[in-house]
Amino acid sequence: MSSPLKPLPAWADVALIPLVNVAAAFVISGFVVLAIGENPLEAVQILISGALGDLEGIGFTLYYATSFIFTGLAVAICFHAGLFNIGVEGQAYIAGLGAALTALHLGFLPGYSLAVAAIIAAALFGAAFAAIPGYLQAYRDSHIVITTIMFNYIASAIMGYLLVDVLRTPGQMNAETPAFPATGRVPQFHDIMSAFGVHWPVTPFNLSFLLALMAAFAVWLLIWRTRLGYEIRTVGANPTAAIYGGISPSRVTIVTTLLSGALAGGMAVNVILGEEHRLILEYTAGFGFVGIAVALMGRAHPVGVILAAILFGILYQGGAELAFDKPKISRDMIVVMLFAGALEHMFRRPVATLLARRTAQPPI
Amino acid sequence: MITEARPAPAIELIGIDKSFGPVHANNNVNLVVERGVIHGIVGENGAGKSTLMSILYGFYEADGGEIRVNGKPVRIRSPREAIACGIGMVHQHFMLVAPLSVLENVMLGAEGGPLLARGAGEIRRRLAELAEEYGLEVDPDSVVGELSVGLQQRVEILKALVREAEILVLDEPTAVLTPAEADQLFEMLRVLKGENKTIIFITHKLREIMSLTDRVSVMRRGEMVATFDTAKTSPPELADAMVGRKVILKIDKAPAHPGKVALEARNLVVRDDRGVVRVDGVSFVLREGEILGVAGVAGNGQSELLEALAGIRPLSGGEILIGGEPLPPAERNPHSERVIGIGHVPEDRHRVGLVMPFEACESAMLGFHYEPVYGKGLLYDRKAIIADADRKMEAFDVRPRAPLLKTANFSGGNQQKLVLAREIERNPKIMLVGQPTRGVDIGAIEFIHKRIVAQRDAGKALLLVSVELDEIFALSDRIIVLCAGRVTGERRPEETNPQDLGLLMAGVSERAA
Repeated sequence: MSSPLKPLPAWADVALIPLVNVAAAFVISGFVVLAIGENPLEAVQILISGALGDLEGIGFTLYYATSFIFTGLAVAICFHAGLFNIGVEGQAYIAGLGAALTALHLGFLPGYSLAVAAIIAAALFGAAFAAIPGYLQAYRDSHIVITTIMFNYIASAIMGYLLVDVLRTPGQMNAETPAFPATGRVPQFHDIMSAFGVHWPVTPFNLSFLLALMAAFAVWLLIWRTRLGYEIRTVGANPTAAIYGGISPSRVTIVTTLLSGALAGGMAVNVILGEEHRLILEYTAGFGFVGIAVALMGRAHPVGVILAAILFGILYQGGAELAFDKPKISRDMIVVMLFAGALEHMFRRPVATLLARRTAQPPI
Repeated sequence: MITEARPAPAIELIGIDKSFGPVHANNNVNLVVERGVIHGIVGENGAGKSTLMSILYGFYEADGGEIRVNGKPVRIRSPREAIACGIGMVHQHFMLVAPLSVLENVMLGAEGGPLLARGAGEIRRRLAELAEEYGLEVDPDSVVGELSVGLQQRVEILKALVREAEILVLDEPTAVLTPAEADQLFEMLRVLKGENKTIIFITHKLREIMSLTDRVSVMRRGEMVATFDTAKTSPPELADAMVGRKVILKIDKAPAHPGKVALEARNLVVRDDRGVVRVDGVSFVLREGEILGVAGVAGNGQSELLEALAGIRPLSGGEILIGGEPLPPAERNPHSERVIGIGHVPEDRHRVGLVMPFEACESAMLGFHYEPVYGKGLLYDRKAIIADADRKMEAFDVRPRAPLLKTANFSGGNQQKLVLAREIERNPKIMLVGQPTRGVDIGAIEFIHKRIVAQRDAGKALLLVSVELDEIFALSDRIIVLCAGRVTGERRPEETNPQDLGLLMAGVSERAA
């Protein structure tokens, strides 16, 4: 009882606090919208209907959400080991290179095994790029926050060079690779539905979404049901106890960053293999950074990450519609405001005080 | 009868009541602390001592009751208001900013305006005064993080005194101190008492109560059960009042029957994190069926010795033999040592032995988490993990017996029992035990001591590191004394006494006869 506040009950921790945060973010956004002379209620209505109002909107929303699930999981798994991986952006970018090289140059692979190989390559490239900051953190005492930030710039420079000077189709103005063969792509949802004779509007929504859900379940299993997950959580919660328990924090740090980089590669699968079908300049577009907010809002739990990713997907898609209808409001504005939702500690204290007061009332 | 008006008591707590949900932490507590005395408050972990003091210092507001300071009823809603009433508190975990200087720490919150120069000069003058008045010398310009724990505590006391505190509350101040530092603290407190300051001293070490306090109040399960004049009471009486039943402070144990040599240390040299040699050529043998006590003032190499034996800290020299065979360097790590049957109860359960945010069942498998009993395939078998923890908790009477409860939510004694259960239930041949009862209440101490002796009687070899001489005497079959990283002597408990050991602990080494 040395701390003045008792820990929150689980339901408040995982549900109430994020909801309060989101509600507050909406209210504050509402005032900003009001301030620039638009009707906030109308804005919300456009946003919601743009994201969820029809199948097309839903398709785009889930497409964005898929990327956010991957980048959110990548950040979340590192949280459990007490690591803050800010380099998901760069890792996803480099993962795109792995996916593209495989899809373009291993065309001899039969059928969709090319796509599978490209997915594996994306994960390997992401992991390899994360391995360097991981190694530096584990054995050379460089802080992973600093190195991963720097590695984002390195990724950007490498990819800029490769796309402009090496991979670009000769005679093509755009800094992008040629298109991948059909078997090197992840099938899109509308194609699959039309194969069954069901009409579905054309959206970038593709099977990577299922892969993202499977990745989330795999991360849950890993963290809470395996020895490696136990070691990751021990290192994250108490490194000294980990050493006492015969766990090597250095090894856990390396393994966790590798897994994180591989998860970041999922974004390349969704965007590069699932929608663009070619590697394009700066394709990550900040999704890696949004992953940090997703992981924070999802409390580093895979289910929370999925929910937060869908919310961010709604805002991203709805925000685009809104920016289209109301040019004064930009999509970035919406997303930036939502970062407020990730500030988990902002409402922690008031909520805890309120709950403590309620539970502390003597029975009459 | 009262012809002359007596000075009002420094503190009166009348009918203080405080509940946290279903937990009645303070139940109608009454306490009178006279001015200019050292008043001890003892009680088991969770008896409500800290809650009571937190109410006095304004961290919590009581649900009911009244606080009077110097006879006047006051309402204390925040530490700021407590300070205004002349109450200062020294927390068990210091509230200091390590990279700042002593002066800056003392000044924090009392800067006296936006420009620091004037306030700093004022504080510097006050510190010099206090140094003169009470002998509380600390260099105001030294960096707090570089001071010893004892000096840091002195800075905490100075913070309170600079703020004109007349009443000082110390919450388990000796838990973090070496015996020498504790003696200095007691000296300091006696000087403060001489200057008519009032001191409330919370502890669960009865010896400190007996040597320091004038009066002592006993709390049990949220109630104030008794108050004594220290001179008119005795440790057994206090212990009885604390736990509400007779406690055997000295446990019965049959003579040891030492067997083969289980572990031998030869000329061990161990360095600390900064590369300073902390263990300097230590050799000893540990036999099956005996408890070898390692006595010494804290900080004389015991911690490093224990960590090196457990494979946590590398050896800079020397050799460890297990059952007569040298332990190869590749096996000198915590994992391999557990596999060959060396259990380790670390000195610090919070920092080392347990993972506080984990469920108890997860903490109960730390170090053994690789074993197939917790799941044979890729995944853990949750049922097996919970059942295993439940069995350990039953065997060691860990309360509450709730394997899914967070480790942090158990009391200190029950956390310690969880660590012991984990290490002992694996049936190791050799046990390295560090401070097994630090911060543990008396009921649990007795239980833990019995378990340790039972291990010895089962033929296990136990190395006991403890800074509590009582504990060393109560448990050991042989005692070695460490001072400055060297063994200064070996004794049998029946052939020695605390004075003799004290000399060895101070480094007065015996000459080889």
